[in-house]
Amino acid sequence: MTDTFQSSQPIYLQLADRLNRQIVSGELKPGDKLPSVRETAVSSKVNPNTVQRTYRELEASGIVESRRGQGTFVTENEDILLSIREKLKQEQIQNFIQVMHDMGYQNEEITKGLQTYLEGDTADD
Amino acid sequence: MIEFKDVTKRYMTKTALRDVNLKLDKGKIIGLVGLNGAGKSTTMKLIAGLINPSKGSVELDGEKVTRRIASKVSYLSELDEYYSFYTVQQTIDFFATQFPDFNKEKAEEIRAYMNLDANTKVKHLSKGNRGRLKIILTLSREVPVLLMDEPLSGLDPLVRDSIVKGLITFVDTEKQLVLLSTHQIMEVEMILDEVIAIKDGELVDHRNVEELRYDEQKGILEWMSSIYE
Repeated sequence: MTDTFQSSQPIYLQLADRLNRQIVSGELKPGDKLPSVRETAVSSKVNPNTVQRTYRELEASGIVESRRGQGTFVTENEDILLSIREKLKQEQIQNFIQVMHDMGYQNEEITKGLQTYLEGDTADD
Repeated sequence: MIEFKDVTKRYMTKTALRDVNLKLDKGKIIGLVGLNGAGKSTTMKLIAGLINPSKGSVELDGEKVTRRIASKVSYLSELDEYYSFYTVQQTIDFFATQFPDFNKEKAEEIRAYMNLDANTKVKHLSKGNRGRLKIILTLSREVPVLLMDEPLSGLDPLVRDSIVKGLITFVDTEKQLVLLSTHQIMEVEMILDEVIAIKDGELVDHRNVEELRYDEQKGILEWMSSIYE
């Protein structure tokens, strides 16, 4: 985990984002135990209170569960995992399209560009 | 937990703090920022009970702060004031005899974490290692309030980094309040819960840092430049 955060955005949200991605990418697997609040604070060099808040937020979204006296674990609930996976995908697409539209690209150009890029990508493999 | 009520502090003819009202809660790491001479050290010394307000009052847990507050407050001064002929270990042992709340096991743990040799004499320590020793001595006391006046100043980036990590590791963020003054905003940006700006003896702003980011998309540096420019 790198320790660079944008100082102008809430750290607890950036950290939550980071953990969500690790879960979606499979770096953290269903049922895995998250590092303790203190461990995460030290490894990402942020305030333990901030990590606490991130864990609370993730718990509220259902993607992690805290078990009394044992720590915080990635959920094994498939529905929640799928919905987070879908949500992150939508967010990324939305950001990408926003940037492309801001630069003046039309939908057809974007779709075509994407297709060509993805096909080129598979051809390279 | 700490409350300033209309506090003014004058030294002879100079007013160091003017009509300051301030409330600080436990369980937070709070940064005190401001230019040199703005009143940061005066604020710290008032909480430590080392000086008294000329007007108004400073209270800790509803009790007026006096010199006896030392039993609840661990104060790291800007100055080095240790016996130079002691070794690191002897300095730690000496502190343990001075403060009943001094946790020697914790001191040993932090010393090992900071990689500071126990047998080196204080007079032979580099500036960075003296900085580390100060952190060990301050954090090893189990008190509700930790005051750190410029803990990072004049130290190289690696030492600053190890001190910041030491804070994250060894401060009890549920029970302790840390108030630290610094010019090194970059280093502490990610560990502060709240930040207080003082300018010419007056408290200009007191913010929750995450709310500042959320509400105004500003980090501490941007917020400061909007205050001091």
